[in-house]
Amino acid sequence: MKAFTYQRAGSAEDAARLAAHPGAMLLAGGTTLLDLAKCGVAEPDMLVDIGHISGLDAIAVDAGGATIGALAKMSAVADHAGMRAAFPAVAESLSQAASAQLRNMATIGGNLLQRTRCPYFRDPAAFPACNKRDPGSGCAAIGGVTRNHAVLGTSEACIATYPGDLAVALVAFDAAVRLGGRTIAVEEFFLVPGDTPAREHAIGPGEMITAVAIPASPAARRSTFLKVRDRQSYEFAAASAAVGLELGPDGRTIRDLRVALGGVATVPWRCRAVEDALKGTLLEPESVRAASRLAVEGAVAQADNAHKIDLAPRLVARAILSLGGLA
Amino acid sequence: MTTEITIELDINGRSETLTLDPRVTLLDALREHLGLTGTKKGCDQGQCGACTVHVDGARVLSCLTLAAQAAGRPVTTIEGLSAPGGELHPVQAAFLEHDAFQCGYCTPGQIMSAVACIREGHAGSDEEIREYMAGNLCRCGAYPHIVAAVRQAAEMAS
Ligand SMILES: Cc1cc2nc3c(=O)[nH]c(=O)nc-3n(C[C@H](O)[C@H](O)[C@H](O)COP(=O)(O)OP(=O)(O)OC[C@H]3O[C@@H](n4cnc5c(N)ncnc54)[C@H](O)[C@@H]3O)c2cc1C
Ligand code: SF4
Ligand code: FES
Ligand code: FES
Repeated sequence: MKAFTYQRAGSAEDAARLAAHPGAMLLAGGTTLLDLAKCGVAEPDMLVDIGHISGLDAIAVDAGGATIGALAKMSAVADHAGMRAAFPAVAESLSQAASAQLRNMATIGGNLLQRTRCPYFRDPAAFPACNKRDPGSGCAAIGGVTRNHAVLGTSEACIATYPGDLAVALVAFDAAVRLGGRTIAVEEFFLVPGDTPAREHAIGPGEMITAVAIPASPAARRSTFLKVRDRQSYEFAAASAAVGLELGPDGRTIRDLRVALGGVATVPWRCRAVEDALKGTLLEPESVRAASRLAVEGAVAQADNAHKIDLAPRLVARAILSLGGLA
Repeated sequence: MTTEITIELDINGRSETLTLDPRVTLLDALREHLGLTGTKKGCDQGQCGACTVHVDGARVLSCLTLAAQAAGRPVTTIEGLSAPGGELHPVQAAFLEHDAFQCGYCTPGQIMSAVACIREGHAGSDEEIREYMAGNLCRCGAYPHIVAAVRQAAEMAS
């Protein structure tokens, strides 16, 4: 691990000032950053510990929606009664992520900014070629072992999966990220790799996530997060689906539908084609299954990950039908 | 070149002043600087739970926590769970009674995790115990006995 200095920020302003130092990085829970520093991927000169700033960990839920401070712990949001009632998919995305210990450490801001688990990315000593780490160096994953790489949103430069669960639920329900004075939709916050895979977020130098805001909606209230993994718990998603459903007064017509996929794409993946195909139609297993296939429109498989293209739509269909009481 | 920093840690109710490289994790500070070797290093990457301690009463991984991050926050390790020579903590006793280990390497982490799991109210059924103890791996596969020990300790605590 490269040598770094350690500074504690007393306030968000303090953090911004310290973060302006060249080579400085913000340290929240540290569960991504310290891990990557040990792997030799992150090489900060200075860590600015924002974990002791007070007032940035509040969770507020009211009729209009939820506002979650960037320093709120994953465990606190997962267990929050108001979140579980108004945004079950969001709470479930967190309670199914990582482990109890990691959820007690990791923050909501840090969670969004977690890096890919692409094993080539995480091992610079063995695999020097990685466009995300070192632009222009190539991609060791393409042609390698690609079981957990993405099938959606990939490019010739990078096929790394965005590993997080929370952002998948957030993108389904039109959440926004607050960067101090500026607010940006989660959907626009994450950038597909294109030919610049090193740039992952629409966050500028010196900017800090201060909060996440989620508007309330009937679909968010009737929502679920389904996650399929190689082992039952404490594992990243092989595929996940965040789905919200609002039915009309007849209890059968789909009035609103939100669908997003995780574990299969380079960014949290909103599936508007599925939503548009089903909104206004009757909730029927057959049409739901057919429309769910639109979730993977445009998917490109690598040598080892074609199963994701089958898995993801099944997950979407199961989530929609179970919310509708049909599965 | 590294500049060492001086920090004050509160470990098991004792104040410890350490001068160390800022890169030192809480796990290494405990084991290498303070001689508290009960907390184990398995993966050193957040993947196994062997290094579980409590910070501010919550279970966390000491391998992904810098010692400097923990300064000013009370830390409890397996050594602090019961007084030396005193009675075992009920979770420790339950692990002994149920033979909830084989080599014992994961055990301090399992016990620290279980104490917190019970306190959090996440030990209501075997299924819930399995899910909320999933962050602690056991290479020896003592899982059925671990679940039985946690269940018994949880029942006694309620
Ligand atoms: C073994 C293991 C299993 C895991 N499993 C899962 C899983 O199943 N699902 C899942 O979703 N996640 C999983 N994770 C990832 C985990 O959720 C993230 O590591 C965690 O949420 C990151 O939060 P943090 O506060 O620790 O971030 P840090 O490590 O402190 O920071 C991460 C990055 O964000 C930056 N940063 C942090 N806060 C801010 C801020 N407020 N503003 C701007 N920049 C900021 C940091 O500079 C750093 O670059 C797992 C992690 C491990 C180690
Ligand atoms: S897939 Fe992306 S992160 Fe993985 S090696 Fe290729 S460029 Fe790097
Ligand atoms: S040593 Fe910390 S989780 Fe394995
Ligand atoms: S008892 Fe050997 S690892 Fe758990």
